[in-house]
Amino acid sequence: MTKQRKAAALISGGLDSLLAARVMQEQGIHVEGINFYTGFCVEGHTHAIRKKDRQKEKRNNALWVAEQLGIKLHIVDIVEDYKQVVLNPKHGYGANLNPCLDCKIFMVSKALEWIKSKDFDFIITGEVIGQRPMSQRKETMPVVADESGAEDLLLRPLCARNLPETLPEREGWVDRQQLHDFSGRSRKPQMALAAKFGFEDYAQPAGGCCFLTDAQYSVKLADLWRARGDKQYEMDDIMLLKVGRHLRPAPHFKLIISREEGEGNFLRGYRHQYPHLTTVSHPGPLALIDGDVSAADIELAARLVARYSQGRSEEEVVLAFTDIEGHQQALKVRPLQPHEIPREWVI
Amino acid sequence: MKRKIIDCRRLLCPMPVIRVQTAVESLPDGAQIEAICTDPGVLTDIPAWSRINGHKLIEAREEDGEYIVVVEVDHGKQ
Repeated sequence: MTKQRKAAALISGGLDSLLAARVMQEQGIHVEGINFYTGFCVEGHTHAIRKKDRQKEKRNNALWVAEQLGIKLHIVDIVEDYKQVVLNPKHGYGANLNPCLDCKIFMVSKALEWIKSKDFDFIITGEVIGQRPMSQRKETMPVVADESGAEDLLLRPLCARNLPETLPEREGWVDRQQLHDFSGRSRKPQMALAAKFGFEDYAQPAGGCCFLTDAQYSVKLADLWRARGDKQYEMDDIMLLKVGRHLRPAPHFKLIISREEGEGNFLRGYRHQYPHLTTVSHPGPLALIDGDVSAADIELAARLVARYSQGRSEEEVVLAFTDIEGHQQALKVRPLQPHEIPREWVI
Repeated sequence: MKRKIIDCRRLLCPMPVIRVQTAVESLPDGAQIEAICTDPGVLTDIPAWSRINGHKLIEAREEDGEYIVVVEVDHGKQ
């Protein structure tokens, strides 16, 4: 009896990984999915934090894809190990702080560890030559295979016929003729294949699954590193960069000001880690203070927060400053006027 | 019935799912895991994860602003 071959599919939740896994299933390969959690994943977080976004239907696309395929999905926390990729990418960053090529190499290397520990035979991804400007180019395809250590155990079913034969093809586990030769940025071949398989509902393509590809987020992360004089981050740092309005009135401190109730509730969860300001006399935001602040800094911060409260046009707004031990102090301040807030404070 | 309680408060998805997944690995069939969470996304994500991995969802509910999801381990389909 022929041995049932097993492939681990990198499942992002997008169309390409869905199709790649399905192409393998069509050839009788047992497929299970791996989804890596880096901490920078966009999915779900704004839904969890912002109240208005909660009205939208919640769906984790990787889980949804696995369910469509009828495969198991293993979600792997790589937050700590992933720091080396973000902080020191060998191949550099893309348009923002996105280390896409190093990221792909890292994920495939992690998948290689996984298949070895689970006795799987090879790895598949939904990569397509020319699809992404940094990580999915003809020249980078072998780089990913080589530097991850996966080499010919890495099969890309959607563009395999444009690439050298891999072990699964040479050994006859997979029929190369039934693989695809997609290339370029056009999504039409994928959409046609999706229609052939009967997939009508899938996450819209576009690589928007990582906050590091977001220009605004990258600016905030770069600011964080600059202010601390150290290119490091913790999980809370990267979470807080996703929330609120960030203003840095001075190099040694910044404010994270909630923009709506859901963000305020989320930031309140950090009240024992950061000093914070709340408005008392008028409805207004909650603001965390990141940095060591003097009494003058706190007053400036309070005036800034008052600006974003409903008392912004009043002569005086009362706020409460609370330190991380819970000691509270009342402050009466005049809200800053728009012309008193330099544009460069806004991160 | 053995029930393990895991505190997933303040964790955003998919971290609560990962915590449940890790807990499942070390528990026998029939054991239950109760995840106490603050991200409402768990009400869809943990049930979806349970379905695709063959475990049984016992309940998923909101209680005092928290979200409680109970899963019964079933390694039989794995």
